[in-house]
Amino acid sequence: MQTEIILKMEGICKSFPGVRALHNVDFVLRKGEIHALMGENGAGKSTLTKILNGVYEKDAGRIMIEGRPVHFKSPQDAQNMGIGTVFQEIALCPNLTVAENMFIGRSRDVFVNWKQMNEKAAAMLRSLGIPASPTQELASCSIAVQQMIAIARAVDMDCKILILDEPTSSLDEDEVQKLFALMRELKARGVGIIFITHFLDQVYAISDRITVLRNGELIGEYLTAELPQIELVAKMMGKALSDVSAMKKQEPSKSDKRVPVFAAKELSSAAGVKPFDFTIHKGEVNGFAGLLGSGRSESVRAIFAADKITGGEVKINGKRVKIRTPLHAMKHGIGYLPEDRKSEGIIDELSVRDNIILALQVMKGFFKPLARKQAEEFANQYIKLLDIKTPSLDTPIKSLSGGNQQKVILARWLLTHPMYLILDEPTRGIDVGTKVEIQKLVLKLAADGMSLTFISSEIDEMLRVCSRLIVMKDREIVGELSGENMTEQNVMHMIAQGGK
Amino acid sequence: MGALNPTKPKARLANSTLLFIIAGIIFLLMYGIALLTFPVSFKQFQTFFDFFNLNAALFIVTLGMCIVMIGGGIDISVGAVCGLVTMACALLLESGAGNIWGAFFLALGIGLAFGLMHGYLIAYLEIQPFIITLAGMFLAQGLLTTLHREPLNVTRPAFVALRSYRIEIPWLGTVNRLGVFIPCEIRPGVIVVVVLVVLYAIMMKWTRFGRNLYAVGGNRQSARMLGINVKKTIFFSYVLCGLTAGISGFVFLLTTGAGNIGNGSLYEMKAIAANVMGGILLNGGVGNLLGAPIGTLTLLTINELIRAAGVQSNLQAIVSGLLLYLFIVLQSIVMALRGRRQFKLALPPWLKGQRPPGEQAAGNQG
Repeated sequence: MQTEIILKMEGICKSFPGVRALHNVDFVLRKGEIHALMGENGAGKSTLTKILNGVYEKDAGRIMIEGRPVHFKSPQDAQNMGIGTVFQEIALCPNLTVAENMFIGRSRDVFVNWKQMNEKAAAMLRSLGIPASPTQELASCSIAVQQMIAIARAVDMDCKILILDEPTSSLDEDEVQKLFALMRELKARGVGIIFITHFLDQVYAISDRITVLRNGELIGEYLTAELPQIELVAKMMGKALSDVSAMKKQEPSKSDKRVPVFAAKELSSAAGVKPFDFTIHKGEVNGFAGLLGSGRSESVRAIFAADKITGGEVKINGKRVKIRTPLHAMKHGIGYLPEDRKSEGIIDELSVRDNIILALQVMKGFFKPLARKQAEEFANQYIKLLDIKTPSLDTPIKSLSGGNQQKVILARWLLTHPMYLILDEPTRGIDVGTKVEIQKLVLKLAADGMSLTFISSEIDEMLRVCSRLIVMKDREIVGELSGENMTEQNVMHMIAQGGK
Repeated sequence: MGALNPTKPKARLANSTLLFIIAGIIFLLMYGIALLTFPVSFKQFQTFFDFFNLNAALFIVTLGMCIVMIGGGIDISVGAVCGLVTMACALLLESGAGNIWGAFFLALGIGLAFGLMHGYLIAYLEIQPFIITLAGMFLAQGLLTTLHREPLNVTRPAFVALRSYRIEIPWLGTVNRLGVFIPCEIRPGVIVVVVLVVLYAIMMKWTRFGRNLYAVGGNRQSARMLGINVKKTIFFSYVLCGLTAGISGFVFLLTTGAGNIGNGSLYEMKAIAANVMGGILLNGGVGNLLGAPIGTLTLLTINELIRAAGVQSNLQAIVSGLLLYLFIVLQSIVMALRGRRQFKLALPPWLKGQRPPGEQAAGNQG
């Protein structure tokens, strides 16, 4: 391995109002290495990378690139110094063409040479195997393709340092492998890559070194080969791992199983999922398993009437009811935590308190406002219960980290005491520690008699939490697994063979 | 696994192009209705040219407004600035202190001053554009009434000569009852309109500033991450809009020949309406600059149609208002059909697009 250091960050400090995001953090990146930056939510990974790429200005510390001290005032400065970034949330403009998104903001020319730009973009897309045409509008590409275009942009800029902030969270396995191939290629060219991800397997599959942060402080730098996975998790969480493995699934008792809380027959929605039957019993945790795009989310959205319902009948506690809008569903005691918390779940500007009491207020009707004191009481209770890290009740939710935002939304639904709660990817983009906490909470709620549907892209997580798995493929239910049969192999098998 | 989740590149019209085509169709439709209802007047080419001859200033204001709207902003001071310029130029020309060039540069100077001020306050101090330009509107109106209260005719011979100059199109025109061929006429202001349309269209499509402005209007946060100087881009869009409003004032004076307190009043609203009809979205980032003149033509055709029908003037306003509602609703339906899942779902499968990009703000930390 080459040992030439291209980036050295020393004693970096950064505070936001009420939050100390980074305290005295050092980070070293060598030429041609893939360096994983690990830590729980709120550990300071994103803040550190945003200081490096000029989005934030550091409060204190030094950054040196190839031995020379640098100071960035804007992302443009950082780009000029050869620092490319691919963000977790795709930072491209949906109203521009694919080619423009790859080249805009890079040239100093007054005029745009469309022909040359499109040709260069086409060559780049072809060489990376990205299925997009340079002249198509970005909005018409899938999210995975948009992500790859963002990477193509960074790659094309001949960057010396490439920051990949959760690039794989919206990619499927095949696309991840393509991305890894690309990363290895860049590594061979001598690019230093900072890789942030929540998928531990990916870290071990590709990275050379790992730097661990916790609560804005540096825990240490390790060679990946010399750090066992279990130790890495312990370092990230800062506690022993007995909790993680000791978790046990609560089997619903036999008597409860006889009461179907929610039963749907031939339910279909305009989202294009094939009509399906679905039942859930009291105290049961079941899940929809399947690949990205198999119709998992569309199915639960149909249950919550989040999409237009086009047919089928629904029984709640044995009685036929009509559920046509999410509000109907809420009034019948169904809660739904959407997959896309950025656009469907949180209301950015509202405070933590208001976000928590939102659903309860909607159920009560707008003409019976909750007393402020009561709202505060509820909010405090759930902040404590779910261990939400927030400076105050009045903090706008957007300044919380992803995991804590997710907990706020969870608190919102728990406050309405639903009898049936649907969690669509509640652990996506969340660190291991919070993941375990949420999984434990799901099991505890089920033990208390709540029924839950739990969806996750990580199959082992679902195997750990759910007592029954409904397997989907191509927008159709292809089978069900429970008890002994519920293994990763069987799920894979069913997906591979299903529908025949 | 990738085979299960195919993402074929699909040829799909860009939103800007689609809305532009719709705007064009609406204009043709309106003009077609006009031709059918009032064939005598609308069949004359001169009627079409008179749209430009008499409303050159409105076309120009709309162009400037279009630029800030594409950048996601708004400038409601343009009408008042246009009015202020007509009065200032009229005073200058009448007092004898300056010639036509002097008046032209005064117009540019006033427009530039407002543009610089608005651009600075909006882009660098990050104040809401609506509030800032509202203040600018009051300021310009106040200055206008302070300068001169009475209508002021410009009698300077050189100016009168310029303003009565007509370009004749020898091969296009009508034959009157006496059998005399009357060629179509174009006024000097129209040339300014055409030059600006061409310049701005080139700028929006082929220059770095134009494309950056689209990016900023589409997603400001992303534009910043892509290395675009967002503040500078927004600043220039307002400078350009102010400058354009200044030019429109000069052209207004060329059209009417007098400074007047009522000059350019409500032009900002007409310009916004015209741009909406031309397929330029108020949210920014979407719209073709050529939509601005198309939208203005649609607006004028509708007004002319209502006027020709002999409807009372208050009813005219009501009908224009209702039509504007219709266009805005139509636009949002089209955008919703393309963008959002829940709407798209109601469509037959052959109309279905791909997944929407969703929210793209990149602001979480941790």
